[in-house]
Amino acid sequence: MKLIKSIIKPFKLEDVKDALSEIGIEGMTVIEAKGFGRQKGHTEIYRGSEYTIDFLPKVVIEVAVPDDLCDKVIDTIVKAAKTEKIGDGKVFVLPVEQAIRIRTGEQGEEAL
Amino acid sequence: MNKIQGSKILISILFFLALGLNGYAQEQALGESTELTPNTQASSNVNEKEETSSPESKEAEEAVSLDSGNTAWMITATALVLFMTLPGLALFYGGLVQSKNVLSVLMHCFAVACLASIIWVAFGYSLALTPGGVDGSREWIGGTGEFFLKNLVEESQNGDFPTSVWVIFQMTFAIITPGLIVGAFVERIKFSAVMLFSGLWLLVVYCPVCYWVWGGGWLAQAGVIDFAGGIVVHATAGASALTIAWMLGRRQGYPRSLKPPHNPGMVMIGASMLWVGWFGFNAGSAGAANGDAGMAMLVTHLSAATASLVWMFIEWKKTGKPGLVGIVTGTIAGLATITPASGAVGPMGAIIIGASAGFVCYFACGFVKEKLGVDDSLDVAAVHGVGGILGTLMVAYLGVEGRFGGQGINLENSSEQFMIQAQGCLAAIALSVVATYIIVKIVGMITGGIRVSEEDETKGLDQSSHGENAYSLN
Repeated sequence: MKLIKSIIKPFKLEDVKDALSEIGIEGMTVIEAKGFGRQKGHTEIYRGSEYTIDFLPKVVIEVAVPDDLCDKVIDTIVKAAKTEKIGDGKVFVLPVEQAIRIRTGEQGEEAL
Repeated sequence: MNKIQGSKILISILFFLALGLNGYAQEQALGESTELTPNTQASSNVNEKEETSSPESKEAEEAVSLDSGNTAWMITATALVLFMTLPGLALFYGGLVQSKNVLSVLMHCFAVACLASIIWVAFGYSLALTPGGVDGSREWIGGTGEFFLKNLVEESQNGDFPTSVWVIFQMTFAIITPGLIVGAFVERIKFSAVMLFSGLWLLVVYCPVCYWVWGGGWLAQAGVIDFAGGIVVHATAGASALTIAWMLGRRQGYPRSLKPPHNPGMVMIGASMLWVGWFGFNAGSAGAANGDAGMAMLVTHLSAATASLVWMFIEWKKTGKPGLVGIVTGTIAGLATITPASGAVGPMGAIIIGASAGFVCYFACGFVKEKLGVDDSLDVAAVHGVGGILGTLMVAYLGVEGRFGGQGINLENSSEQFMIQAQGCLAAIALSVVATYIIVKIVGMITGGIRVSEEDETKGLDQSSHGENAYSLN
């Protein structure tokens, strides 16, 4: 099992969610986040004074999948979230030791 | 620590109340001499020196029967002006600060409004709007005969509407003026200092200046034109804001790593409420439901709209984008600037005033923050102070009979009027700066420094001063 953690631009959330639903992904966790990478922050001007905004709004999508689906899900996310402009985000893949469905106590891939 | 401070403040308030009650007892003997009060604010739009009270005019006013139309309008206007502070000004300011300080700003505005109301009834009204001295001729401060409104009855009349309405209409002005100063010290001041400062400021700065201009004092006698408070409200608030901001010091991270306004939408909502409420402020200052009030409403709106657009275009040109915070700040600049002139200029004069307001106040913001380096956090001096003074000076030219629809000043008196206007502004600024300096020193001694600790400032005043959170996850 893998946990696929993707940091994307907030306005791409709907596209990514739809694309994942199409390939049969039935659950995900979405976290509103802030951060910066090579894109860095930006400046905003209010009443003539400049303010530096270091952290830009981002969305983190977490999807836990069986190993055999992993590559397909990564491809789908990358394709759906891409704008080819700086700040599109990153995908991280983490190994998952165990998964438990709280309601039934099912374990492993059964629980996904 | 907080408990000790609280009890100190309580003792100070009780002390002032005791002083007042003492005066109450003494003045009882004087009886009726100061019962009636001339409606000098309404008349200050015309350049007449004989408007200050004489025994004859008092008797004449006694005979006037109550006008229900005027009364209805003054009651409505009063509600509109209170709406400017609660919640208009509070939201306008609240949206401009960081999310960790928004409640403290709302709290400042709300608590100051409550405190100012009580002080106004106890001492303020009498000191600001009733004749001072034995024969009512004192020029610098009003009488003590109306402390605690002791002669006010249901039948008391101010002109052709009830004195009770006059008292509360003027009270709403006394509420918003210290409220405006809140913008200078947000995000770093102790709450106890806000309460003490605002209460003392109202008595030491607002009441005298109000008496000078509207209560029949020396500026009224000189013929100064301040229809709705360019000098009394905006110049005093602006000059005092600059002084206290300078004494208090800058916020952490000023100017480069400050956080931007946390909720521009809230700023816009507040500014819009101020705009609507301002119709009560300016058109209500006519003191009647008449043509004066109608024209005041029209010119107020035109100035606000023009200043908004001018500010927006300057920002668009300079930064590449027209911003919401910018356009609504322009609105407030336009409103503050037309305030003293709203009884004397015509529609075209108002558009000229609005355009000047947008232009001058925009650059004043940069001047205060960058050139002077004073963290007048929400630009009270640049928007209200500069706007109020600008309008007070411009009315001498735009209020000239027939010029852009102006009325009230004869052409040959224009430069003389300008000097009177300038004198009024300078006097109000001088008292504001000196008195604010002294009050802040005194308040600092009572509260052990008016600024919160660095730790509390980092944490945010919502948590550290009030124990509340504006935005939580659940």
